[in-house]
Amino acid sequence: MYEKDGEKYFVVDGHTHFWDASPENTSNKYGEGFIKCFYDYHANLSPEEYVWPLEKYRKYTEEDLMRDLFEEGYVDVAIFQPTYLTDFYDEGFNTTEQDAVIKDKHPDRFILNGSWDPRDGDRGLEEFEAKVAKYKLEGVKLYTAEWRGDSKGWKLTDDESLRYLAKCRELGVNKIHVHKGPTIWPLNRDSFDVADVDGAATEFQDLTFVVEHCGLPRLEDFCWIATQETNVWAGLAVVIPFIHTRPRQFAKWLGEMLYWVGEDKITFASDYALWSPKWLVEQFVDMQMPEDLVPEYGELTPDIKRKILGLNLARLYDIEVPDEIPTVSVEAAEDRAPAVPA
Amino acid sequence: MIDLERVRAALATVRDPELDEALTDLGFVASIDVDGRCVRVRLRLPTYFCAPNFAFMMTADARAALEAVPGVGRAEVTLIDHHASEEISSGVANRQGFVETFPGEATEELDGLRRLFDAKAFLARQGRLAGELRRRGLTAVEIASLRVMDLPESDDKSTYLARRVELGLGTSTSAPFLVDAAGRTVTGDAIEPHLRFIRAVALSLETNASFCKGLLATRYRSTEEAIA
Repeated sequence: MYEKDGEKYFVVDGHTHFWDASPENTSNKYGEGFIKCFYDYHANLSPEEYVWPLEKYRKYTEEDLMRDLFEEGYVDVAIFQPTYLTDFYDEGFNTTEQDAVIKDKHPDRFILNGSWDPRDGDRGLEEFEAKVAKYKLEGVKLYTAEWRGDSKGWKLTDDESLRYLAKCRELGVNKIHVHKGPTIWPLNRDSFDVADVDGAATEFQDLTFVVEHCGLPRLEDFCWIATQETNVWAGLAVVIPFIHTRPRQFAKWLGEMLYWVGEDKITFASDYALWSPKWLVEQFVDMQMPEDLVPEYGELTPDIKRKILGLNLARLYDIEVPDEIPTVSVEAAEDRAPAVPA
Repeated sequence: MIDLERVRAALATVRDPELDEALTDLGFVASIDVDGRCVRVRLRLPTYFCAPNFAFMMTADARAALEAVPGVGRAEVTLIDHHASEEISSGVANRQGFVETFPGEATEELDGLRRLFDAKAFLARQGRLAGELRRRGLTAVEIASLRVMDLPESDDKSTYLARRVELGLGTSTSAPFLVDAAGRTVTGDAIEPHLRFIRAVALSLETNASFCKGLLATRYRSTEEAIA
């Protein structure tokens, strides 16, 4: 919970990790390259006083996690999104199993999401079903860029992937978070291509697809899909930290999201430990749309911020919101019909 | 004797297709060495996992640009600090195509991808120009009625014209300003959505470029590498 100027905000952090990229767990040069790339993201976009030494960044403690999210970071509920990367890290980078240990100790603080990889075939499907039963999973984080042996990734619309999505529907795992950021494969195409989200979202109208990173840096492709598919949401992970070093760019980016996706389908995420929620929440609540951009994008009201910081994910994940938080009605669908390019 | 200024000028003609900026402006040139008739250039990128397709294009384009510099007998371009450094550097050195460089992984050459990003670069420049015209008080319909000759002179205009040529759209001064990437005039109800769309394309490119530059600066903050 965060309070400023008499306004209260319930905070759901849609994207958090508890990872292990320690040298002992790093399998090869790719794992080494991956964590260093992550570290540069962290160091480049964080305020100076929030930048960790690389050593701590590779493997932080449970105390760090609990303090940075809940004691100091204003987060009420955090969603654990796993990132397996078992080709880069011996025991995986950040698995559901590792997250479950923390969730067991703090059941009211965390929502545990799973993952699957269609390349695991029938065996993977059975394991996923068993995990859903064991951990009561309602959502998954999918990482289509993940390497597996000779394969450098997969698409949501691959036949095997559609089979897994059908299983999600059957089991009631209806929140599908999709990482759309740098991918390696297919090599000869645009590595940020979000077109497969379009196909999957059309086929599975009853599942909600949260595109993490808002399709950064292909805003135009993502916006196009979000207007076509009512079940596509935007996750602000990696985008919201721009608020500190590039506030005007972030304001424009958010303005575009509000226009194309709408205030009811944009969700806050720190991507901890990439960034810490404390400064993100503080700066986001303080933020105003620059005056000259208001005619194009509108004002950022406390209600819009409340939705983005927590109420939207609370609605999606059925999280109980305390009575002291003002309720904000969802914008009627007919009130928002963004113009779609021909 | 190879003229270093000409080498730099040649590299300045090579762009990152995603960002639509010159390698030299982006700080991607890590070093230049001239040795007799041989020029050796090392390229570096913002992250270890930057997309190999664009990395390959830039490395190959840099080699081609260097080979056109008078006096250059041999041009060696090496990509450093990248997960596919070895494959890309040796692929370009051996004049292999992209498919040959990544057997079993790449299934086609990069011409289609280049065209796609040439189109994005064009729309982004158009978006920047349209944004500027809006700030000057023009309405959407007025912007759509402009011809190329009506555009105020600016760097964005020059780049917009250059991208038009690359897309094969021509530069007739009486050609309409607001066209899609296939050269079709945007009219009527399509004007507002098109303006919205090109604004998003422009913001994408701008954000991507500033993020890439920031990451490059962070990545190489502690090294002694001179930016050529």
